[in-house]
Amino acid sequence: MSRYTPHTQEETRAMLTSLGLSTLDDLFQDIPASVRHGLPGEEQKGLTQMETMQAMEELASRNTRYRLTLRGAGCYDHFIPPIVPQLANKKEFLSAYTPYQAELSQGMLQAIFEYQTLICELTGMDVSNAGVYDFATAAAESAVMCRDRKRTAALVSAAAHPDTLAVMQTYGFGTNTEVRVVPQKNGRTDLIALQAMLTDDVASLYVQQPNFFGLLEDVPALFEAARAAGVKCILGVNPMTLALLPGGGELGADIVCGDMQPFGLPMAYGGPHAGFMACTQAMLRRLPGRIAGQTADAQGRRAFVLTLQAREQHIRREKSSSNICTNHAHCALTASIYLTYMGLQGITAVAESCLSKAHYFAEELCKIPGVSLRYEGEFFHEFVTDLPDPAAVEQALHRQGVLSGLPVEGGMLWCVTEKASKTLLDSVVNVVREVCEHA
Amino acid sequence: MEIKQGLLYTKSHEWVEFLDDTTALVGISDHAQHALGDLVFVNLPEVGDTVTAGKMFCDVESVKAVSDIYAPVTGTVAEINEELLDAPEKINQSAYDAWIAKVEAITARGDLMDTDAYTAYLGTL
Repeated sequence: MSRYTPHTQEETRAMLTSLGLSTLDDLFQDIPASVRHGLPGEEQKGLTQMETMQAMEELASRNTRYRLTLRGAGCYDHFIPPIVPQLANKKEFLSAYTPYQAELSQGMLQAIFEYQTLICELTGMDVSNAGVYDFATAAAESAVMCRDRKRTAALVSAAAHPDTLAVMQTYGFGTNTEVRVVPQKNGRTDLIALQAMLTDDVASLYVQQPNFFGLLEDVPALFEAARAAGVKCILGVNPMTLALLPGGGELGADIVCGDMQPFGLPMAYGGPHAGFMACTQAMLRRLPGRIAGQTADAQGRRAFVLTLQAREQHIRREKSSSNICTNHAHCALTASIYLTYMGLQGITAVAESCLSKAHYFAEELCKIPGVSLRYEGEFFHEFVTDLPDPAAVEQALHRQGVLSGLPVEGGMLWCVTEKASKTLLDSVVNVVREVCEHA
Repeated sequence: MEIKQGLLYTKSHEWVEFLDDTTALVGISDHAQHALGDLVFVNLPEVGDTVTAGKMFCDVESVKAVSDIYAPVTGTVAEINEELLDAPEKINQSAYDAWIAKVEAITARGDLMDTDAYTAYLGTL
């Protein structure tokens, strides 16, 4: 084996012997042979640069490139101004790794500090961390933040993203937090059911805004009920909506979390994203992950530090409440560049465009016999329609170079962003009409 | 380094001031605060917590370390010094005024030393 493999043959043999195995292949027997690549052997020679480029181009050409994407469900197709990747790809940013000797990395810390400032302005909360991996991690970490010795259960709305729910349940297993699902009624969190679930052992309530079905929840009513029962309020939010809707601070949230993906991050097979977490001053010490702070150096110049590190596991060890100690820093930086370039005016224009195009599209779709909105109530840029034969609609649109909404039981979860033109939306409506007439 | 007369001490540098047979104030010694350096946070216990002599019952944070505080007695937390939440530096400024918790219904004492014994103990460190 290569010099990069730290074990000598003798050590490998000793380890195999202690496991009662004779060869390395025995170790990988649980992995089906059909998905094993095999170890690079002597007989496999490498490819030249040219051959590599050709192989990668061949692979890339097998991708489907859609003219229009009408699928969201947690990952959104927004326009990314070219200046965003241009700046984010500066080599000083690309090559920077996690600041182990934090204070030597002033540029990195400043980037984190600026990001935190943007998050606080956007969410209306007091403090933000440097970010976490994605929406689901942010939501699960938020629920863990609220758990204490007496209140150990976490309530989650059934209208939250199913992936978020699944990750919360995984975290719940590890932190001994019982995750209880608050049922939905007509596509929104059921307030009456919630009230019966607000018992003494409940630490937090998690509500997603807009919810998985695209609907706007009655967050003030849900949070008021929770607060009255001494339950902490967590708002999971699509940050693009914060251009139009009140932030978490105004809604009385203790924690606001979400995903920065709509801000300049490509959909790219669903990741990597950048989860964000912001909270009240009172919750600060429970906030996981890194926090960059501003201070002055010995000569009085503005400088940045990683602060409150005693919360983190490299100091608090087994008593820390989270083992998050890194984040998707480059994604967070990219989102910061997007936000800085667009400004409040820019993202307000994007959000308004999404809102009006989605409503136009919903209206046109619902003129088709057999197509109707599944739920009543306000929505932002996603909505569910009942629809005959969603699979056929998906296929017909695929043939037209359009990625349909997400097929759901007996319908479709659609998403419209600012990238959709009226002409294209009209042609989509015609395709759907044709399919529905033949269904 | 101040060692206050009339208090009892543990080997892990907590102090106890008995108000009566079953009630006491608990804090950390001047030696402890000196060794820890500037404190930035006191993670207080909760009122109603049952604490056991010799077992960890809260912790304090300095800039780059977290240290456990051990209960010198067995009993129930009756009061906590909430002033420390906003001003943990009070422990650095005056360790014997900055009590952490008042413990009541004390049923057992740990291995406690008087001022002379604690002074002698510090001399061996």
